[in-house]
Amino acid sequence: MAAAGALAAAAIGLVALVLGLGGVAGSAWTVVVDWLVPLGGLELTLDPLAGLFLVLVGGVALPASFYAAGSAERSARGALAYPVFVASMCVVPLAANTMTFVIAWELMSLASYFLVLHEPEERASVRAAWVYAVMTHAGLACLLAGMLLMGAWTGSLRFADWRAAAPGLGAGARGVVFVLLAAGFAGKAGVIPLHVWLPLAHPAAPSHVSALMSGVMIKLGVYGLLRAGLDWLGAGPAWWGVAVLLAGTVSSVIGVLYALVDNDLKKLLAFSSIENVGIILIGVGAGMLYHGAGLEGLALLALAAALYHTLNHATFKALLFLGAGAVVHATGTRNMEAMGGLIKRMPWTAACFLVGSAAIAALPPLNGFVSEWLTFVALLQNTRIAQPMLNLVFALGVAGLALTSGLAMACFVKAFGITFLALPRGDAAARAHEAPPAMRAAMVALAVVCVALGLGATLVVPALVTVAGALTGDRAPVAVGDWLTLGVSGGFATLSTLAIAVALGAALALPLIALRLAGAARGQRRYETWGCGRMLQTPRMEYTATAFADPFRRVFGFFYRPEKRLDITFHPGARYFVQRIEYANPTRSIFDDWLYRPALDALRSVAHRARAIQSGSANVYLAYIFAALLLLLALA
Amino acid sequence: MIATLLIALGQVLVAGAGAPLLVGVVRTLKARLAGRRGPSPWQPYADLRKLLGKEPVVSTTTSWVFRATPYVLVATMLVTALVVPILVARPALGFAGNIILLMYLFMLGTFFLALAGLDSGSAFGGMGSSREVAIAALAEPTIILAVFALALRAETINLGDVVERLAREPLLAANPAHLLAFVAFFIVMLAETGRLPVDNPATHLELTMIHEAMVLEYSGRYLALVEWASAMRLFVFMTLLANLFFPWGVTSLAEPVPLLLGLLALAGKLAVLAAALAVLETTVAKLRLFRVPELLAGSFALALLSVTAVFLVP
Repeated sequence: MAAAGALAAAAIGLVALVLGLGGVAGSAWTVVVDWLVPLGGLELTLDPLAGLFLVLVGGVALPASFYAAGSAERSARGALAYPVFVASMCVVPLAANTMTFVIAWELMSLASYFLVLHEPEERASVRAAWVYAVMTHAGLACLLAGMLLMGAWTGSLRFADWRAAAPGLGAGARGVVFVLLAAGFAGKAGVIPLHVWLPLAHPAAPSHVSALMSGVMIKLGVYGLLRAGLDWLGAGPAWWGVAVLLAGTVSSVIGVLYALVDNDLKKLLAFSSIENVGIILIGVGAGMLYHGAGLEGLALLALAAALYHTLNHATFKALLFLGAGAVVHATGTRNMEAMGGLIKRMPWTAACFLVGSAAIAALPPLNGFVSEWLTFVALLQNTRIAQPMLNLVFALGVAGLALTSGLAMACFVKAFGITFLALPRGDAAARAHEAPPAMRAAMVALAVVCVALGLGATLVVPALVTVAGALTGDRAPVAVGDWLTLGVSGGFATLSTLAIAVALGAALALPLIALRLAGAARGQRRYETWGCGRMLQTPRMEYTATAFADPFRRVFGFFYRPEKRLDITFHPGARYFVQRIEYANPTRSIFDDWLYRPALDALRSVAHRARAIQSGSANVYLAYIFAALLLLLALA
Repeated sequence: MIATLLIALGQVLVAGAGAPLLVGVVRTLKARLAGRRGPSPWQPYADLRKLLGKEPVVSTTTSWVFRATPYVLVATMLVTALVVPILVARPALGFAGNIILLMYLFMLGTFFLALAGLDSGSAFGGMGSSREVAIAALAEPTIILAVFALALRAETINLGDVVERLAREPLLAANPAHLLAFVAFFIVMLAETGRLPVDNPATHLELTMIHEAMVLEYSGRYLALVEWASAMRLFVFMTLLANLFFPWGVTSLAEPVPLLLGLLALAGKLAVLAAALAVLETTVAKLRLFRVPELLAGSFALALLSVTAVFLVP
């Protein structure tokens, strides 16, 4: 059953990939089926931006589905929800009117809700699904409000009509619609502080679904933001771009800070998705600011950088989630403190995970590096907007992005190093087994795409500039030279990942050959790690994931607000004998404490008060109805 | 074409062969300042030769990551030697990237070295890795902002263009923003190359070492490669500092005489910087690990000031 569902999803993914590539290449079409959907019918339109996101859906759904079909799990759960999830994600970018969009959006949310509820017997899983359902519907409410307001003010629910009518609307009206739509889409994208559902929901789902949720679904939030902020509403005032850029900066830094201290492998990846959405939004915000200032070349560059990072994050995050899935499958735990040494038991998974980690840490010459480089290059040219306050916002974005990339490197040293290197920290890890061939093939395919997207940057970036050009202007800021050199903004900066890769390869070989020629000692002796004279090395001597992140926990203590709990149980007879020691070092979420907890408490106390009028007697309710009627009549 | 290749080879040779000397000179100067005679400046070469001749002992705990890391480190450093203007403003791979590429190449080395530290499975390695990545992460924003301040003046972030522009218009460099960026970059250089007051390259005391803790399990030719790579890291960082902020003598011509003059100028500038480093390392004490973020925050503030100064005083 599950395999059939996975294969159906793979077929949908393949179709999406082909259609999407066509859309990016310039094919455009519209399909209208009047009778299928009320209020305007089903209307699908393919344009370059929709094509790019279709490529994203297809490109991740294809390997993820093969991975799912090849995994040993044979439960029927999710056999229907999974293909529905993939199909609805394909419809979202194509939707050309409000009804089509909202129905596809809600189907996507519902299908993923059922997939998050993968293990209904577990409390954590149920809670994750519940928080997800609440947050996603709060977002939907914002979206609906924004879209209906826009519909009322423009007199149409078709996006094409909005495009034409938006410049005629007042600044206030457009601002209200933008805020509502942006809030709805940002919630789906996991922008801080609307992110609380993401680290709960993504790890709870099966890994191939986590790959799709983190790799693709949250990107549809970015898609919505791009549409709302640049397309449906036209170019906005500067504060739209400033808001998006600052939200991106905050999300990227805070997302990676949370990722760093989490020891749940899948949760770490989920937090890192928040970080990467932040990086994407830094590019989007910069693009909106440049667009608003009339600097179309720079706007295109910033947007192309954001789209590139969207594409890249989809590939490496899907890869990492599939790798994490293989690890969880092999060890039966998501807790990194029980892992270790897996590189010897699972060499393929380890190698693929290493490629993914290096790519997400933006190490050259892989794809994550190229998109972060482009984002930096776009941000660094901000002096062409001659407004000191805006320049300062850009400088904050630059600093935030730099801090994020440093922290992300640390985070993935931890993710890979603790999980795969040194000695196994638990029995399950010591007995782990390599993933089955289909799962390995899916991971290798994504790893190859990561490398290809890095080396072939010059083939991808012009295509993305065209996609971005469909949203804003059409002046190409990118030139391509020898060695696949990417030249940006008339020589402001150049990059050739191919040349770097070749040079790195040659430089790797050089010392090997030189040492051979010089006749340096060849052999090597294998012996235990030096343990200060201890006779036996045990995994308990290894640095733990918690210890690894400790410097960060201290440096950013004002943010994590770590607590120390030490419970010592002494022997009842004599305090010299300790029976057990319990030590916990949890961090607290300031968003839970300062935002959601007070809000929920307020809601609860209002609900509590409201209970007074709920007596349960039908007569009293009839009286309420009568009173309400009188009141309405009086008001009318 | 031949000239480009020769110059590329020259840059790699200067960085590769000069790096141990630079380390040796700093050590000798520090010894003299402390009233000791100290080893000869050529001692690092003898050390490398000795290490290359020894049979390495590799921990049974480790994987291929541990054995590949020394090669990756050396490779990243050799590639940076092709990107940084050491002798000429536009070296062979100058087109392939700019200062942002350079920072990420350094990060590539740190990434693998930190993994190797964890791979040995000892508490020292993990501790060193954890501290090293913490410092590298916190130094990152300062580097980018300091470079940003420079790029704002020179209107490009291609290293060659920055060097040529500043060499052509020295007045661009004569302003406070430039000085602030220089100080910020200098502090970051101390952190990134593991010098005092951030890390002590001479210590082997468990609780204070950072870089040394990470490479504790290396021996034989692997240790030689790691040591050589970290010497090159110091060399490249100092050269960047010297040539980006004081681009005198860096030539755009591929001719013997300007190249020789460039080499001499570089040697002079590096000697000054090495002396400054030796004086600094002799006079300051190592900071406690959890005071280091304050130092880095300070350098970040300087870099931010430098950038703001450019915005406000165009």
